[in-house]
Amino acid sequence: MKPPPFAYHAPRSVEEALTLLAALDGAKVLAGGQSLVPLLNMRLAEPAALIDIGRIPGLDVLEVADGHVRIGAGVTHERLRRDDAVAAVQPLLRRALDLVAHPVIRNRGTTVGSVVHADPAAEMPAVVALLGGTLEVASVRGRRSIEAADLVRGPLESDVAPDELALELRVPVAAPGTGSAFVELSRRHGDYALAGVATEVAVDGGRIVGARATFIGVGTGTAVLDLSPAVAGRDAADLDVVDVAAAVAGFVEPQDDVHADAAYRRHLAGVLAGRAVRAAAADALARAGAGVR
Amino acid sequence: MTTRMLGAPVLRTEDPRLLRGEGRYLDDLGQGAYEVAIVRSPHAHARVLDIDVTGALDVDGVVAVYTYEDLPPRLRERLPVLIPHPALTAARTQHVLAAGEVNHVGEAVAMVVARDRYLAEDAANRIHVAYEPLPAVVGHERAASGQLLVHDDIPGNLAATLTQEIGDAPGRIAAAPNRLTFRLDIDRSASTPMETRGVHARWDADDQRLRVHSSTQTPTSVRAVVASYLELPLAQVECVAPDIGGGFGVKIVHPWPEELLVPWAARLLGHEVKFTEDRREHFISANHERGQVQFIDVGFDDDGRILGLDVRLLHDHGAYIPYGLIVPIITSTQLLGPYRITDYRVRFDSLYTNTVPVSPYRGAGRPQGCFAMERTMDRIARHLGLDRTLVRERNLIRPDEMPYDFGLTFQDGRPYAYDSGDFPASLAKLRELADWDGFPARRAAAEAAGRLLGIGMAAYVEGTGVGPYEGGHVQVETTGKVKVATGLSTQGQGHRTAFAQVVADALGVPFEDVEVVTGDTRRFAYAVGTFASRAAVMSGNAIHLAALKVREKALRIASEALEVDVEDLELVDGHVRVVGSPATSIPLGVLATMSNPLRYAFDASARIATQFASPGTTDRPPVAAGESPGLEGTDFYSPLRSTFANGMHAVEVEVDPETSDVRILRYSVVHDCGTLINPMIVEGQIMGGVAQGVGGALYEEMAYDEHGQLLNASFMDFLMPYASEVPAVAVDHLETPSPLNPLGIKGAGEAGVIPGSAALASAIEDAVGVGIDAMPLSPSRLHALRVAADHR
Repeated sequence: MKPPPFAYHAPRSVEEALTLLAALDGAKVLAGGQSLVPLLNMRLAEPAALIDIGRIPGLDVLEVADGHVRIGAGVTHERLRRDDAVAAVQPLLRRALDLVAHPVIRNRGTTVGSVVHADPAAEMPAVVALLGGTLEVASVRGRRSIEAADLVRGPLESDVAPDELALELRVPVAAPGTGSAFVELSRRHGDYALAGVATEVAVDGGRIVGARATFIGVGTGTAVLDLSPAVAGRDAADLDVVDVAAAVAGFVEPQDDVHADAAYRRHLAGVLAGRAVRAAAADALARAGAGVR
Repeated sequence: MTTRMLGAPVLRTEDPRLLRGEGRYLDDLGQGAYEVAIVRSPHAHARVLDIDVTGALDVDGVVAVYTYEDLPPRLRERLPVLIPHPALTAARTQHVLAAGEVNHVGEAVAMVVARDRYLAEDAANRIHVAYEPLPAVVGHERAASGQLLVHDDIPGNLAATLTQEIGDAPGRIAAAPNRLTFRLDIDRSASTPMETRGVHARWDADDQRLRVHSSTQTPTSVRAVVASYLELPLAQVECVAPDIGGGFGVKIVHPWPEELLVPWAARLLGHEVKFTEDRREHFISANHERGQVQFIDVGFDDDGRILGLDVRLLHDHGAYIPYGLIVPIITSTQLLGPYRITDYRVRFDSLYTNTVPVSPYRGAGRPQGCFAMERTMDRIARHLGLDRTLVRERNLIRPDEMPYDFGLTFQDGRPYAYDSGDFPASLAKLRELADWDGFPARRAAAEAAGRLLGIGMAAYVEGTGVGPYEGGHVQVETTGKVKVATGLSTQGQGHRTAFAQVVADALGVPFEDVEVVTGDTRRFAYAVGTFASRAAVMSGNAIHLAALKVREKALRIASEALEVDVEDLELVDGHVRVVGSPATSIPLGVLATMSNPLRYAFDASARIATQFASPGTTDRPPVAAGESPGLEGTDFYSPLRSTFANGMHAVEVEVDPETSDVRILRYSVVHDCGTLINPMIVEGQIMGGVAQGVGGALYEEMAYDEHGQLLNASFMDFLMPYASEVPAVAVDHLETPSPLNPLGIKGAGEAGVIPGSAALASAIEDAVGVGIDAMPLSPSRLHALRVAADHR
């Protein structure tokens, strides 16, 4: 479990990093390293070069501006999780990050890195897919924005090109009348979930007017399920029985693995989606009651 | 008076150093050593047709590459069968490097020695091995069917079959008013210590000596086996176990291939060589355990008393059987637990499969036996509609029946006889500690809130302190400090603290003045090892006896010097003093100086000692016949047979009715290991054991596919529980001293793990009302059981 040989570069500017990315074949960007380094140690990835962006100034932006949370490529999960201003305007980020691994991993791992890594079992790509937003990327060819819906192409495959560097993620703040929840079941605290669901529910006049969900661990990638047909019109304060299981069961495509079989994961996704809708509706009511508009 | 140390919850003297990061583990040694990488088989079963190492030789920094063909004749022999048994008629062990055939994924095929491990792995990746894959035998049923063979010349994949029998179990069962037959399954798990295996060797050309450091539970035996296979005189080999980050059984196996290859290469190359196993290697090349299929047939009366018990075990021991039949023999005997069962038959088949070999992991066959017995008790209770504790109570051996000899033979070849214990008292304590009688009310309250609760329990008896012996050496230095050595190693048990407590009491010296060294053949050459919950019993008593010899000698020297009868002397605070006249005393350090007739007065102790030089004893030599210089003593403890600890666990769980996720609400342990040396250390042992028990019950398995590939060979997928999954544990002690040893102690090391699966199965079954016959139990499996039950 030692990595194969690689060249190591630690550029001091974005321009320098982009030049290296353009010039070097088989280079990978290293940020927090919480996914890449294990892949290297298990020799599942053998990049010719690593470009460590940890010394580039300006990638650590974290602020709420223009209706968005701006998250720089250098911002760790834990820094984002602890930011009260962010949690106030987009609580789902903290709720999801509470479930991301353990403090030692969150202290190094970056949220942008996780989104670009596009692990279908990871929380943050599902959150971004649900909330929308954009990822700003750059290369020597120029800059562009990738819409959240286009960001993940498949398991472990994002739209970010090999010569591109992700600079910043922009996630919209929660709209008035919405509430959110992230519910998952993992075998051990901090493990990848057997199944998990991110939900946003819109409430108007005490009634649900919209509900959407993304899932992790059940083969749906970052596709968004519209649960509105199942719950629209329901009293948001009276959701003891929520039947979303049928809608979820028809949407997810889980597989057997060593931790759970597909039938269980399908069942679990339905149960968790119901809980998430209830929690998100309660959140919407609470935020409305607290005057968050 | 000096405070009595035995029984005091003294803080561990080991911890400040280890917590500050000052421990020296195997990989901390030999910073300039060459490092080793092993090429391991990717196939569960294959013939090795060709090994092409040329690519590896081109890697800069590679020192040497070895395959089987490069080994000297002695190293081409198969590894030893450590513990032969008459029933083990088809024993097979591996070669240090594969000789034409591999039998499990992870088997060693070639060794690279390089300047560092990175380069060694680079080179290992460039060695091309041509394999001819053969069908893999995986799982008990496929092994037992014998249609495909692991080893061509071992029919039925059967290494051994052994029956033990007392009374007439089949007859009693047939005549019993009630009878149940059922099957149980327990998956594999493994020791998985935080520190993996490792070995470092240095050949000292000046001294012509080989020094081997190994992360082992038995340095004396590693020394002997290295000397044997390297054909060196024992006197030229020394072995030291440095700080060890856990063993849990896997490090008692020896020699590992690397334990021979590394010293051999170090001597050949004239340079330090080191092997540090990585985690992936550990999963596929260090031994596993557990893995059994059990068929139970039990007859019982209408009160729930067992009349006859017939058990058949299929034991999967993997590709090789270096450690013999210890695990299934322990299951066969210890299955009986605290119960009076007079008519019993147990038969096991020990089967080869194309998987990692099996050898003891903490508990060593007992968790499986406990699972069989305790699931049986629960089934009887359910069948008769009786409380589960009542059925157990009616079957318990009573204290007035001790010692209780079953008439079976234990793992050490000696009678399976319990020496002490008060099982009814333990059960009463457990019911109180767990508030067993208050559970129905708790369950009803939870049910009203839509929550699902269950309670379960399990009891066990653990044979501990197996022989044949351990020894101890105790020496008072002229400074008055006491140096203690014992040969067995320490993997985190707190031996340095516990043994110092024993010596402090025996010698009347301050605890802080006693320093203990373990696992260094240069300090103590005869030992067995740290396993089978034996260190405290064996070395504890040996050190106690050695300290008593020192005590006796100190009193004798003081008696002559002070011209006072020994009976009028006492040892207090590091001094021998006259009873009733504490001003008349001699420090132990001075007595140490006096014990050596050669004493140049180069320190204060020697100058004081001269005051007591024996006056004019010209009629005898300075060192009398039968005497020896120095205030020191060596002694050994060798028991007639094992001493049996016992305990009972109760656990309360909540099962999520929708997700089938299990949460442990309450975990209670009543434990009896005889006289406690240090209750804090014992409780730590229990809690660590409980953690591993929870792991085996709910999380850990070895997920082999049909091709013999281990699908979860990492800590990401092999779910060792975190602190967040392990419950707080309430512990109550019962102390029924063992009559078999001077200190009255029984082992405590493995106890905590034994009843985990049995107790949790009992509790989960109680919560969901669906029979639990297999462990571990994931939410997915529990969900499937509940769905199947609903459809029935």
